[in-house]
Amino acid sequence: MARTIIPFGPQHPVLPEPIHLDLVVEDEKVIEARPSIGFIHRGLEKLVEKKDYVEFVYIAERICGICSFIHGQTYCQAVEAIMNVTVPPRALYLRTIWGELSRLHSHLLWLGLMADAMGFESLFMHSWRVRERVLNIIEATTGGRVIFGSCKIGGVRRDIDAEGFKSMMAELSQLERDISDITKVFIQDNSVKARLGGVGVLTRQDAYELGCVGPTLRASGVAQDMRQLGYAAFKDLKVEPITRSEGDSYARCSVRCAELFQSIDLIRQAISRIPAGEIAVKMTGNPNGEFIARTEQPRGEVAYCVKANGTKNLQRFRVRTPTFANLPALVKLLQGCELADVPVLVLTIDPCISCTER
Amino acid sequence: MRKEGYRLVQIGATRLPEHVELTYSFDRDLRLANLRLQVPAAEARVPSISSIYWCAFLYENEMHDLFNVQVEGMAVDFHGHLYETAVKFPFGSTKAPVAKPAPPPAAGQPAAKTTVQPAASSNPAQPTSTLDSGL
Repeated sequence: MARTIIPFGPQHPVLPEPIHLDLVVEDEKVIEARPSIGFIHRGLEKLVEKKDYVEFVYIAERICGICSFIHGQTYCQAVEAIMNVTVPPRALYLRTIWGELSRLHSHLLWLGLMADAMGFESLFMHSWRVRERVLNIIEATTGGRVIFGSCKIGGVRRDIDAEGFKSMMAELSQLERDISDITKVFIQDNSVKARLGGVGVLTRQDAYELGCVGPTLRASGVAQDMRQLGYAAFKDLKVEPITRSEGDSYARCSVRCAELFQSIDLIRQAISRIPAGEIAVKMTGNPNGEFIARTEQPRGEVAYCVKANGTKNLQRFRVRTPTFANLPALVKLLQGCELADVPVLVLTIDPCISCTER
Repeated sequence: MRKEGYRLVQIGATRLPEHVELTYSFDRDLRLANLRLQVPAAEARVPSISSIYWCAFLYENEMHDLFNVQVEGMAVDFHGHLYETAVKFPFGSTKAPVAKPAPPPAAGQPAAKTTVQPAASSNPAQPTSTLDSGL
């Protein structure tokens, strides 16, 4: 049968960010997918030579427009480990709360995009309506909606007072009800099940060997979540990885739905246990050493490799983002799929191309 | 490493004065294991591990495009087109050239090509510590 190459992206209605795929098809079956990235490479790793290590928190936060806070947090954790800094416990709890709020708004964003890709427009609008509630909490506590600017080396810049936590708890209750309403549709609606069920099955072995991370990995039955490392306040909180065994697009959607409730629970745990005290320690000197810090972003494990040589500029700053780790799995998933399933499969790994290319 | 159940976490490169330092990070049960090698910067060349860890091809293409490390036998080779950077191999030298913004083209003239010039010496120091990990 004759083969045809269909270009997919970098501009495509289903793509929030630019990635290009050359889809080699026979009839309507995809035989091979050849990815091209690099459309939005910004050279942020190179920028470390010009910005000093304190100022660089701002750059780290701007690697991604969705999980920005956790980028800044992971960078700070790496530098703090090199400088042997003990961050005040209250700051660790505040980081945890803001990190989980990031996960909430990221997963709700993804649910909306997935609903849009399925042609379920009203569900897309409801998902993003609920997401606004999260953004409002973030705005009330940090002053920003996407870029928080709250994390710094040695702690955090802002505190949340008792009144702020009270409002947040009330808002979380309403948020939980709203999320319960929309996730019921994602989990139980027949049209969603028919569109996602059995599409893009990634076996447990493939997911692990392809280096997958986050919900993509956990939906294939691997119970791995970097929050189990116990960074920030997670050493004091109860966090169990949420897994599914099917490995298909429906399982990946289900894992993200369940993680919304998990994040709300973690924020409540953190608020109930947050200790009083300072929110930052004063930093002096320059870092000298090397560290690899890992945290769990909404899309999965991120690894920050930081190398310092005692000057104010780091010697090397390297980020391995979750989407970078999930791209090989996407290439495998697309092999043998139907052409009509390509948009769903591209979205199912929750691609963040800005993160990937830095 | 693969037989022992390790997952590839990342491959990173760092430019040192005379060498390129490569760090291969693996994970098993949340424990990080790192393998490190240094290759001469002048003719940096390493074999691909994508026949063992297929997903390594992305890291290896990145290593080639940004650090000018030749990787032999990659499962998927982008031939230098993974990242289309204005400066070829931006981490390829400790005195990496910096792109200058092109002057605005004169009326009726095509845009000038981007020019490059060497930057001031950055004088990087030798590493002084052993590799820590995320644990």
